[in-house]
Amino acid sequence: MATALAAPPGNFDAERVRHDFPILQQHVNGRALVYLDSAASGQRPLAVLRAVEHYETHTHANVHRGVHTLSQAATDAFEGARERARRFLNARSTREIVFVRGTTEGINLVAQSFGRARLGRGDEILISALEHHANIVPWQMVREQTGCTLKVAPINRRGEIELDALLGLLSSRTRLVAVAQVSNALGTVVPVERIVQAAHSCGALVLLDGAQAVAHMPIDVRALGCDFYAFSGHKLYGPTGIGVLYGREELLEEMPPWQGGGEMIRTVSFERTTYNDLPWKFEAGTPNISGAVGLAAAMDYLESLGLEALAAHEQHLLAQATAALERLPGIEIIGTAAHKAAVISFTMRGCHPHDLGTVLDSQGVAIRTGHHCAMPVMTFFDIPATARASFGCYNTEADVAALVAALEKAREVFG
Amino acid sequence: MDLKDLYRDVILDHNRQPRNFGAPAHSDAHAEGHNPLCGDRLTVWLRFDGDRIADIRFEGKGCAISTASASLMTEAVKGRDKAAIKELYDRIHVLLTEPHAAADASLGKLAALGGVSEFPARVKCATLCWHTLNAALEHSADAVSTEQ
Ligand SMILES: Cc1ncc(COP(=O)(O)O)c(C=O)c1O
Repeated sequence: MATALAAPPGNFDAERVRHDFPILQQHVNGRALVYLDSAASGQRPLAVLRAVEHYETHTHANVHRGVHTLSQAATDAFEGARERARRFLNARSTREIVFVRGTTEGINLVAQSFGRARLGRGDEILISALEHHANIVPWQMVREQTGCTLKVAPINRRGEIELDALLGLLSSRTRLVAVAQVSNALGTVVPVERIVQAAHSCGALVLLDGAQAVAHMPIDVRALGCDFYAFSGHKLYGPTGIGVLYGREELLEEMPPWQGGGEMIRTVSFERTTYNDLPWKFEAGTPNISGAVGLAAAMDYLESLGLEALAAHEQHLLAQATAALERLPGIEIIGTAAHKAAVISFTMRGCHPHDLGTVLDSQGVAIRTGHHCAMPVMTFFDIPATARASFGCYNTEADVAALVAALEKAREVFG
Repeated sequence: MDLKDLYRDVILDHNRQPRNFGAPAHSDAHAEGHNPLCGDRLTVWLRFDGDRIADIRFEGKGCAISTASASLMTEAVKGRDKAAIKELYDRIHVLLTEPHAAADASLGKLAALGGVSEFPARVKCATLCWHTLNAALEHSADAVSTEQ
């Protein structure tokens, strides 16, 4: 990190990237918008907006259901997006790519299809203490439905999963390990490769919540070795309402559908219904076609930026912001893992995160405040909420400076 | 929007030094309020003298708006009866939600919360204490009815 501080990466031009995002060209409360909330949702580049618009103005019809030209073109666009997502994740086959509404729906799919059908009393699901509610509540529901046990691996004061404790909780009873690759509340990058290895050696499957990872690092599900991987399009500069669940084909093949309806069937009679092939077996109803098109465009866009260069740029901003916040009196950074993504959670003495959020907003600086859908993390640190600044491809050193100036303003108001 | 309009001196003062803060040794009724969205928590304790609030105290963790609003509320409702509190709350609600509401001299120091109406995301912070007070008043009604 020290080297990143000393030498800003020269090969990433965030100023140019900013021009791709029309929403950033506005003033909020009389100030140029400084958007530091990409961990909640990324903004969309023109390439995504145009791809969606082109689809809506030229191509739209329902998919897989007609012989007419538009229906065929829409089907090609939708299935083309699936192939794009396969490449993005380096999955073996498009049969392993299920379109869902987002991370939340992807995890619920695994919980209800795999969990509900396969787990019972004596079986264990292992999660960690830094999970988003989306990777907690679906497993609690499975616990209620099946009588299985839910175990939670602890975190330390830096906000890292205690790896030894996690490994100690693994046993032959563990059927599934579900962890985030990157924590949204703390920024911690979790050593998921180690966890996958250990889980597999116990015979357990692994689901990775990739919501906070996909915009910051190249993802290769085969190299990771995970069994399931879920993410949301809107976290990687794509549309809302679309995401992907990757699942290994052999597993998806054996899992029962979780919703019934059109698309997911082959034949229906009142006596008996046969299900469609993968991945459509898991896609009941008309899907979010334009969302998938936008997601594919977002993946093109993100990869065109160069994920390595982007990561270096974000790490530079993270190091710079961390150093600046550490110098500000009364600021405490929550989440100080050795390996972090471009997320800084913090509190300011004498100023509640919500007041901080309002003061920063008055200065045009958009951050997230609250529990970040990770109440157990807040409980662990014994705080009701944090303020969180997160950085993306369009953020610059000037944004870090604006954040610091706005925090100084808050100090001025709250004394 | 003007920050100074939201964080007036009265608000900052009551945030820094909330009045009637801390659990009492005795109370006739109490209630807990929780805003799960932002994690604000608040407890209100009441002691009655007949129909009137003889004493009110509160404790909680929250933002400046929620803390100051609760502090100002405790000062405003002490000595009042339920009907007067209900009437006061209706006026406060107008103050907090209608940006161009006419000044209401009867509100006294509570008028300092007027800036909240320009910040819709913060209205809930200011009303949490009133909902909690209301719950405490209802608990006391329950307690009375079960004893009768
Ligand atoms: C780590 C993590 N998991 C899951 C989710 C849920 O994503 P979505 O709301 O897009 O389904 C989020 C989003 O905030 C997240 O950050």
